[in-house]
Amino acid sequence: MTEEAREETVETPGEDNANTIVSYKNVKKAFGDTVVLNDLNLNVNQGEKVALIGPSGSGKTTIIRMLMTLEQPTEGTIEVDGEMLWHKEVKGEFVPADEKHLRKVRGSIGMVFQQYNLFPHMTIMRNCTEAPVHVLGVDKNEAKARAQEMLDKVGLGDKVDQYPAQLSGGQQQRVAIARSLVMQPKVMLFDEVTAALDPELVGEVLEVLKDIASEGDTTMMIITHEMEFARDVADHVLFLDNGKIAEQGHPRNVLENPQSERLQSFLGRFIETN
Amino acid sequence: MTWDWEFAFEVFPDIISAIGITIGATVAAYFISLTLGLVLTLLRRSSFKPLSLLIAGVIEFIRMTPPLVQLFFVYFAFDMSPFVTGAIVLGVHYATYVSEVYRSGIEAVPSSQWEASKALNFSRAQTWQKVVLPQAIPPVIPMLGNYLIVLFKETPLLSGIYVLEMLAVAQQIGSDTYRFLEPVTIVGFLFLVLSYPSALFIRYLEKRSGKLPGSAEKGVKT
Repeated sequence: MTEEAREETVETPGEDNANTIVSYKNVKKAFGDTVVLNDLNLNVNQGEKVALIGPSGSGKTTIIRMLMTLEQPTEGTIEVDGEMLWHKEVKGEFVPADEKHLRKVRGSIGMVFQQYNLFPHMTIMRNCTEAPVHVLGVDKNEAKARAQEMLDKVGLGDKVDQYPAQLSGGQQQRVAIARSLVMQPKVMLFDEVTAALDPELVGEVLEVLKDIASEGDTTMMIITHEMEFARDVADHVLFLDNGKIAEQGHPRNVLENPQSERLQSFLGRFIETN
Repeated sequence: MTWDWEFAFEVFPDIISAIGITIGATVAAYFISLTLGLVLTLLRRSSFKPLSLLIAGVIEFIRMTPPLVQLFFVYFAFDMSPFVTGAIVLGVHYATYVSEVYRSGIEAVPSSQWEASKALNFSRAQTWQKVVLPQAIPPVIPMLGNYLIVLFKETPLLSGIYVLEMLAVAQQIGSDTYRFLEPVTIVGFLFLVLSYPSALFIRYLEKRSGKLPGSAEKGVKT
């Protein structure tokens, strides 16, 4: 066993505890011959804020895309809130999940994308009410009230009648966060949500994320290149390298006292480029 | 043969009285091609491979045979009125072309829109209905409009199975009077009078389609 792997088992005990909401077991993901994730074991607790850092191609996006059911793991299992994500039990055996099962478990997960992915043909308000009304079956007026509340929270309560193209990137990303929040997911995934933004717009989005994080009970998995933000918000930092968790732990330890040379040079590059 | 104005004026009312049949057949066939075209596109994208292959084969087959042959075949094989036969055959024939238009519209919707729909837990049907089609169809409306004109100009084919549209009436006048030039010219003139404004209208739609809400998004970044 390598040193990194031993550290991993110390930090995340294999058995689930009562607080575990997301659990990856021996997950492998390959695209053709290219293995992007190898034997990933990871538990995330209810309410925990996990930051995923690492060079591009290290597999961090794949981790959260599998959770959002956008990619299917090649091997292993993922559990969300006590239910298998990609498998379901039929007569005591686990078989690949069908769309119905996927929709059921997907309901507890929300995701915000790097490119915002708002619906360009809908107003800001409809972007935020369409899913609550048609997926959750919430009453239209109630959905509107809830959307208004979330849009106020991200500071865009006055933009409800505009279209995404009329907003700046930072504003669009804040709408995307509000859109995800109105679905009240148990786990929220953030895929480099500030990476496509002009530098001066990054701050407003990070502020919104900090607000959500400080409110508590939503579990968050955040892929980010903003190290300061990761240190302030995360309870746990994962450093991914070459499809493996190379180092993990409390942000202060991982970010301020990196053990491996890989992480040292990764963080060093950051200080230089920023 | 010299042009006879007097004769032209004499037969003009007879020919124009058939314009209703021409327009009726066009509208009926267009309606069939728009609806069936969308159905074909969606079936062709089915994840059930045998179905999508079957549909692809049927589409190829229909395209590779002439509409006139299809008209005769359906007319003699099934017991339907000429008008109904004509509307169905032209409708189905052009549905295969219209489905290609829908396909281009659908493929232009970025895959990230599908992913966002999944993240919000829309069903597949909801994703089509609320996210993909509303973005796929407006940009192709001008192309769909072009097929209205194409179909309109194809309706004289229906004279082959005795639908009394404008050309059939003109031919009848010709064989009764041995004067074909005037009736056929009038038919051409009437087609021009109807097609040209339609083409202008489609050009107007093309210009306008760039200004639909949200359609500017592709160019805007941060």
